Amino acid sequence: MSMKSTKMLDIDPAVITWDEVIPGGSYWSRVIKRGTTLRIIDLEGSRGVSLLCYNADNVIERYNAADTAKIQFNAFLKKGMVLYSDMGRVLCSITEDTGGHHDTLTGCSNVATNSAKYGEGDWKNSRDNFMLALAKRNMGKKDIFPNLNLFSQVVVEKEGDLTWVEGASKPGDFIDLRAEMNVLVVLSNCPHVLDPKPTYEPTPIRVVVWNSPAPAADDLCRTGNPEAIRGFQNTDALFV
Amino acid sequence: MALATEHLLTPDTAIYNQVLPARKPWSRVIKKGQILRIVDLGGNQAVDFLVYNADDTSERYSAPDTIRNQGNIFLTTGSKLYSNDGNVMMTIRHDTCGRHDTSGGACSCESNSVRFGLDKRWQHACVENFLMAVAPYGMGKRDLVSNINFFMNVPVSKDGTLEIVDGISEPGSVVELQAEMNTLVAISNCPQMNNPCNAYNPTPIQLIIWDTPGEA
Repeated sequence: MSMKSTKMLDIDPAVITWDEVIPGGSYWSRVIKRGTTLRIIDLEGSRGVSLLCYNADNVIERYNAADTAKIQFNAFLKKGMVLYSDMGRVLCSITEDTGGHHDTLTGCSNVATNSAKYGEGDWKNSRDNFMLALAKRNMGKKDIFPNLNLFSQVVVEKEGDLTWVEGASKPGDFIDLRAEMNVLVVLSNCPHVLDPKPTYEPTPIRVVVWNSPAPAADDLCRTGNPEAIRGFQNTDALFV
Repeated sequence: MALATEHLLTPDTAIYNQVLPARKPWSRVIKKGQILRIVDLGGNQAVDFLVYNADDTSERYSAPDTIRNQGNIFLTTGSKLYSNDGNVMMTIRHDTCGRHDTSGGACSCESNSVRFGLDKRWQHACVENFLMAVAPYGMGKRDLVSNINFFMNVPVSKDGTLEIVDGISEPGSVVELQAEMNTLVAISNCPQMNNPCNAYNPTPIQLIIWDTPGEA
């Protein structure tokens, strides 16, 4: 655990349980316990971080991009929204989000997309990063599914065309993911697959886990819409 | 391309021609070169669709790779269905509907309970069908990923807003796919009754398969 300054955080250092910088190009995985929060901080102007997550107690239950989008009537995630599993339960709540641009649609980089963009070279890519992170947990290719991309903005034009938007995330932007069950989070800190920048320059991110306060009675993520209320009824039933 | 061979694709020369009743699952190996035609007999019937490499089912349809490679979220004539390994699995050679959904996924008992009410979890759903469709091949829940919804209308706005709305598929709409590798296709003829994806009336579809035309 690195001893990064906590000055930039509004989190009481006494409740922080993990604090680490993930270099550009690297992968990371960790179980985030129910009721704790993972903050992912863009340190230098990120060009995307790819994310997979699972019910850590039963990894056959996993993030479902289509359910997450259609239940909340939006393909792009922001504060107040949640990440749904394929079992009608909430994996994580987005309790804070300063940038507001996260993409559920366009997947992650791989050897071919990196070679096409950067030329020949040993560019770390998210598909292989996911394979490595999962292999170390006795998981593999069949446990990879359409991922979420943090800190990146893609828009869908009128006829369905996909367009990258430059500069969606700024240094210091962060997203808070409050774990609503015990969640296995896998991150790959590689540029978004649609990022047109021709040079491979992934930037570091910082991950902070802390014992966050119990949700208030009017918690936005838990009560913001009838679907969320039902999703949390399903989720909380795991822990009675 | 489609028109040039259209006269060859008569039911007389088909190697398979069946009606799949409303609400039912289906799966079959479609070999490289073979053509699968799906007919929306009653109109506005969502057909949930997954495809695997029949020789190694860890290779499967990837919605992100597919929409990224064509730069558009909708499928129509000319669209290539890409795998998680970046290979073309099938090509849409003919489409009279106009566009098909890649982002809405499949309904499930569990998501129905969230979307429509906890008591809706007892209704039939596409994930139930997919699980039954892939089970004979030794596959299961780990093998389900984001699927295609043929004949389903899910417009997406610039800000990401999306909703399953009234369909644009006329009775008799056709989509034809040619296999570019040996594939295993799994279909759920969607039973959803809580939104307009099946016009609140699930109906049968027709599935017809031909060997490669012109090479026989």
